[in-house]
Amino acid sequence: MLAAVISLGGIGLSAAVALGLAAKKFAVESDPRELAVLETLPGANCGACGYPGCSGYAKMVVSGDKLAAVCPPGGQEVMEKIANIMGFAPITTDPQVAVVRCQGDNAKAKLKYTYIGVTDCVAAQKLADGPKLCPGGCMGLGTCARICPFGAIEMTAENLAVISREKCTGCGKCVASCPRQVIELTPLDATTHVLCNSHDKGALIRKYCEIGCIACQICKKNAPDAYVIEDFLARVVYEHHLETGPGVEKCPTKCIRDFAGGYPQGSSFAPPTCAMPPQKVA
Amino acid sequence: MKLKTFPGGLHPPDNKQWSAHKPIETCPLPAELIVPLSQHIGAPAIPCVAAGDVVKKGQVIGEAKGFVSVPVHAPTSGTVAAVEDRLHPMGKLLPAVVITPDGDDAWGELPAPLDVQSASVNELRDRLRDCGIVGMGGATFPAHVKLSPPEEKPIHTLILNGVECEPYLTADHRLMLEDAERILDGVAILQKILGVKQTYLGIEANKPDAIALMEKACAGRAIEVVPLEVKYPQGAEKQLILAIAGCEVPSGGLPMDVGVVVQNVGTCAAVADSVLRGIPLIERIATVSGPGIKEPKNLKIRIGMKLSHLVEQCGGLNGEPAKIIMGGPMMGMTQLSLEVPATRGTSGLLLFTADNVPLRPEGPCIRCGRCVRACPAHILPTTIAAYARLDLFEEAEQFNAMDCIECGCCTYSCPAALPLVQAIRHAKGAILAQRRKV
Repeated sequence: MLAAVISLGGIGLSAAVALGLAAKKFAVESDPRELAVLETLPGANCGACGYPGCSGYAKMVVSGDKLAAVCPPGGQEVMEKIANIMGFAPITTDPQVAVVRCQGDNAKAKLKYTYIGVTDCVAAQKLADGPKLCPGGCMGLGTCARICPFGAIEMTAENLAVISREKCTGCGKCVASCPRQVIELTPLDATTHVLCNSHDKGALIRKYCEIGCIACQICKKNAPDAYVIEDFLARVVYEHHLETGPGVEKCPTKCIRDFAGGYPQGSSFAPPTCAMPPQKVA
Repeated sequence: MKLKTFPGGLHPPDNKQWSAHKPIETCPLPAELIVPLSQHIGAPAIPCVAAGDVVKKGQVIGEAKGFVSVPVHAPTSGTVAAVEDRLHPMGKLLPAVVITPDGDDAWGELPAPLDVQSASVNELRDRLRDCGIVGMGGATFPAHVKLSPPEEKPIHTLILNGVECEPYLTADHRLMLEDAERILDGVAILQKILGVKQTYLGIEANKPDAIALMEKACAGRAIEVVPLEVKYPQGAEKQLILAIAGCEVPSGGLPMDVGVVVQNVGTCAAVADSVLRGIPLIERIATVSGPGIKEPKNLKIRIGMKLSHLVEQCGGLNGEPAKIIMGGPMMGMTQLSLEVPATRGTSGLLLFTADNVPLRPEGPCIRCGRCVRACPAHILPTTIAAYARLDLFEEAEQFNAMDCIECGCCTYSCPAALPLVQAIRHAKGAILAQRRKV
């Protein structure tokens, strides 16, 4: 019994000594600021900064004399903390949120075939360009929702992707994952968007979607600086986002949405509660 | 006597009794022919006619682009109505030449018949390319490319594919029964081009009449008829080589790596036409079958005929079609409508009504292993599909996703109704895209 205790204790002691020596001899020199920077970061490893994960970004920060890239999920708060730690000049960030430019869920947009297969938008797109008649609309099979590191995207019961303005950090992974490029990064303070992604002519769109942009130009007539029509599709000119009100009111298909009033039909997100800049009434 | 076969595979009901006994019927010309410029593996042909041009039967209307490409020919004489995008069997709008037949069906100037004994191998190959000969088993790979193996890969065996393992399809069967001489003339030409030491003709044992007939016809022609066990996918190239020649094509390799070339019997007949009569590939045999059609038939069709025209020839629809398949039910392509044209690769048209197509909800993988047992390519469909769904394409590649022959045995046998082939194809597409980037 005593022999067992002594021998095991001896092994433990020698292991401890060996580890202690190894810790001193093989210690890695690292900049203590790197750890401090790493602790300010959101830790999502989303790659939006262009560096391999948050530790990669922290390494970049301490290796240079100024910031080579911002951390979009971290936002202004994190940039200021980093500027403090490193003694850099502060950077202003332009916060962005992703928007799915479509409201054509299964209740409103027609399909060309019943899709039975892998529940993935990229896979469905390969089959005769997807099950929707609309070439640009959201297929709602969830590829973007799965790739979002912040859980900001929900799929409605009628197969439409909706992105929460509060949870979205503007990292851009959903934008790259969508095979139809339906998702766009937009300035955070702009709450009004034209939610359509089809450049087909109005008459054709009416055949397959109730809520698409028919390029009637009524929005532009009522708010000339706030909208531009490109290739049969209207878009908001974000520099004039405060003047978009009349377009939202007069749009005949209701494809223009002001998110301050709520998310598309079917979404479970409550209307955004963070302070929204007031709409200028024309 | 035990018949030769390959490991894996399965036995879907062959459903050939609907049309196996029906002799080939020639399909009359329709009012409009839509000839797609992409009917083969490789670069699409470039149109060389314009709207308003008068064309003769067999005239080149699209020129080949590059080595892995073939020209496209007018299936009948008439006027070019338009050269525009039309719905293609692949489900997209792709360029096509639309022809209005004039009813004369008159041949234009055809290349002179070649004498097989005196013509050079290069002359024969060029003739195959100029006549647009592609693999007629369905894959439509340009024949002149397959018959041009590099010098370091000598070919010693030619295998002819008379297997037709897809359920419902009986086109090759009828061709062997009714036109054996044409097929064998083509085989002689292929034997000369490749300089092979032995030739085999594989036929599945569910076609005893064809086996008997071909055995008699092949006597004295240095072709051995090999009856094969009835199992899907015996007609797949690699499985056919394994069963007949006993050698396995290496992973990532091609039949030429083991010194073998495989050609479909329909391709052989087309080869004979092109060399001996200067006739380009503008018609083929297709089986129209399935519970959704009133009179299943084997039709001799011209390329460019709309599927709706074929349906008319077969007594019309038997109820609203829920699924339209071009090809066989295991590997064919579903179609969005009957207004698409038949192409050089259209071996069949199958119509199914809603009650033939049960929609089973997808469940989780229960690790039963049926897909692994059924896979003729010796890979793990369940594992590759699982990696594919997680977008882990490097791991999918390590598990030999690229060796998948997309036969459909795994999806057919899955009790959870998982879309295995689709997931594996997704992985293959991503792997190829990654290789192109690097």
